[in-house]
Amino acid sequence: MDVLYSTFSFLYQSGDAFAFLVLSACGLAVIFGMMGVINLAHGEFILCGAYVSTSATHMGLPLPLAIALGAGVAGLIGMLLERLIVRHLYLRPLDTIVATWGISMIATQGTLIVLGSTMQGTGTPFGSFMVGNYSYSVYRIVLMGMALATLAALWLVFTRTRFGVLARATIQVPHIAQALGVNTGLIYSLTFGLGAALAGLAGGLYAPTMTLVPTMGSAFIVEAFVTVVIGGADIFLGTAPAAAILGVVKAALTSWQGQLAGQIGMLLAVIIVIRILPRGISGWILKERA
Amino acid sequence: MARHVISTLAVLGILLPFSGLAVAQEKTSIKLGVLEDQSGDFAVATIGKVHGIQLATEEINAAGGIDGRPLELVIYDTQSDNTRYQEFMRRVLQRDKVDAVFAGFSSASREAYRPIVNQFDGFAFYNNQYEGGVCDANMVVTGAVPEQQFSTLIPYMIEKYGKKVYTIAADYNFGQISAEWVRNIVKEHGGEMVGEEFIPLGVSQFSQTIQNIQTAKPDVLVTLLVGTAQASYYEQAGAASLKVPMASSVNVGQGYEHKRFKAPSLANMYATVNYIEEVDTPASKAFVEKWHKKFPNEPYINQEAENSYSAVYLYKQMVERAKSTKRDDIRKVIAQGDVCFDAPEGKVCIDPKSQHMSHTIYLAHVGEDHTIDFPKVWQDVKPYWLGDSGCDLMKSDPSAQYTPSNPPVATK
Repeated sequence: MDVLYSTFSFLYQSGDAFAFLVLSACGLAVIFGMMGVINLAHGEFILCGAYVSTSATHMGLPLPLAIALGAGVAGLIGMLLERLIVRHLYLRPLDTIVATWGISMIATQGTLIVLGSTMQGTGTPFGSFMVGNYSYSVYRIVLMGMALATLAALWLVFTRTRFGVLARATIQVPHIAQALGVNTGLIYSLTFGLGAALAGLAGGLYAPTMTLVPTMGSAFIVEAFVTVVIGGADIFLGTAPAAAILGVVKAALTSWQGQLAGQIGMLLAVIIVIRILPRGISGWILKERA
Repeated sequence: MARHVISTLAVLGILLPFSGLAVAQEKTSIKLGVLEDQSGDFAVATIGKVHGIQLATEEINAAGGIDGRPLELVIYDTQSDNTRYQEFMRRVLQRDKVDAVFAGFSSASREAYRPIVNQFDGFAFYNNQYEGGVCDANMVVTGAVPEQQFSTLIPYMIEKYGKKVYTIAADYNFGQISAEWVRNIVKEHGGEMVGEEFIPLGVSQFSQTIQNIQTAKPDVLVTLLVGTAQASYYEQAGAASLKVPMASSVNVGQGYEHKRFKAPSLANMYATVNYIEEVDTPASKAFVEKWHKKFPNEPYINQEAENSYSAVYLYKQMVERAKSTKRDDIRKVIAQGDVCFDAPEGKVCIDPKSQHMSHTIYLAHVGEDHTIDFPKVWQDVKPYWLGDSGCDLMKSDPSAQYTPSNPPVATK
C-alpha cells in the first residue's frame, strides 16, 4: 500500500510541476516559439490575467468566468500592443527584447503606482483530500487538468480550424500567404493576442494560489523561457514533452534534497538538453520523423 | 556630436551655479539619506518604512527641527536590488553628503552597502529585524535580533506544542544564520530538528515542500520566508490542509500575510514582533491614528515601519545631545548608555556595546479568522548576544558580522 501512496505522491508532484511549466509556457510558446518575438513582457500578461480575474472574483463573478475574463482582457491588451509596438519590429527580433522589456517595466511599475503594493487574494477553492498520510489540494488537480485541456484546445485550434491553418501559413511564409489573399496583419495580431490570452489564463488559474503583487510575473518567466527554449518551435512536440521532462526532474530532486536541488536540477537539465539538442526537443523529433 | 557635447556643457554651465546656490541656502538643514525598496519584490514590507521616516520628519520639523535645524530627506528607491543599494549609498555619501543614512531591508542588501559606509566612514541606521551579529561602529541597528525574537519564541512553541521542529527558510544570509539560531535554541531546550529546507528567493511553488513537511511530521514549523514570491507558501499549505503550528520572526510582523491572504491559511501562526498595528496599548493606538491621518491608504503598519519612525527620533536625540552631526560626537552620546525613546511599542534603548536596540517583544498569534491576539509580552528584551560574546564597539570596531558558530574573538 505504501508503494501505491508514494507512487501517487510522485505522480501528483510531477503533474503539479508539469502543469505549472505548461501553463506558464503556452503563451510564450505561441509568441516566442512560433512567431519569434522574444517577449519579455510575458510575465506582465500573466500579471494582467491574475489581477483582472482576482478583481472580478472580489466583485462576485464565479471563478471560472473570472479566469476567462482575465484571459480575455490579457488577450485584448496583447492585440493592442501588437498593433502599436510589436508589429513594427517583426524584422528586428533583437529590438523586440528592448521594446517588450520596456513594456514589462512600465506595466510592473504602473501597477504598483495605481493599484498599490499588493492585492488581497481570493483563497484557493475546493479544499483538500487525503491519500495515505498525505493531504493534497484539490485545486492542484484542477490545474493539471487545465494544463492538459489547454494543450488539447491549442492542438485543435492549430490543426483543425481555418485560423490555425492561416496562422501557420502566415508565420512560415508570410509573403506567399499574403499573395494568396490572407490578411496577414490580422493573423499576426490574432496570434499574438492568443499568446497573451494564454498567459492571462495562466495568471488567472494561479492567482488563487499565489501572492498578488506587481512583480508576480517574474515567478513564471524563467520557467516559461526555459521550457520554450528546450522545447523548440512546436508547442505539442516541444513544450509539452519539455514540461514533462523538467517536471519529473524537478519533482524528484525537490523531494530528495529540497527546493534548491530542484531548481539546480531543472537548470542543469536545460543545459544538457540544449547541448545535445540545439534545436530543442521538437527539432529533434521532427528531424527523426523526416 | 561635438555640438551635442557643447550644448550639454552649456546646459551644465547654466545649471551648476543654481545647484551651488541651492546648497548654500540649505546649509543649515540636517540631511538624512533614505534608501528603501519602494518597488520590486520587497516593496510590500518596506514602503511603510519610508512613510514612517516621513511622518517622524514632518512632526520633528513642525516642532522646530533638530536643534533648530530642519531635517531634510534624500529618498531613493532601491528597487529590491542589491546593486542599487551600492550605487545610491555612494551617491548619498559622496554627492548628497548626507549626515546619516537610513537603509536596507534584506540582509543581502545591508551586507552589500555596509563596506561602502565603512569606506566613506558614513553613519547608517539599519531599521530592520535581521539575523544579528553585525558589530560595526558605523551602524546603528534598531530592528530586533534573534536573541530577542527566537529566545522567546522557540521555547514557548516547544513547551506548548512539542519537541519536533522543522524549519523552512529563505536561502541567503538571513535565512541560513537565523536557521542556525533556531537549531541551537531547539537543541538547548531539549527539542529535535526533524527537517530543514532552504528555499531560493523567488520560488513560488511549494507543493513538494508541503509534502516533505508532512513526511517529517513536525510539532512546530518555523517559517523564515522572505519576499512576496515565497509568501505564496501559506496559501498553498492552507489549500493542502497542512495544519502544523507555525512560528516566525519575519512573517506577520513584516509582510502582514494575515491581511493579504484569505483566512484561515495563516491560522495558528505565532510570530515574535517588536511592533505591529494590532498592539493594543494607548501609545500604539495614538500612533496608528496619526499615521492614518497622514497616510490614509496605508495597508499595514509593520514593525519595520515603527522602527524607522522611532529611529528618526533617536537620531534627533543623539544629535541634540551631541550638539553635532559628527559620528564620533554622536557615539560619545551612545556610549553613555541612556539613549532611549518612548516608542509606540514601549521604551527602547540603544546598547552602547553593539549599537543595537532593546525592544518590547510581543508574541502575536494569528487566529482562525486571521485576527491577532497577544498571548505573551516580554518587556525590555536586550540585544545581549553580541555584547556577551565579545563585541564592544567602545573598545574596538571590527566592522564584521558574527554568527553563533563564528563568534567575535574576545582577546582584542
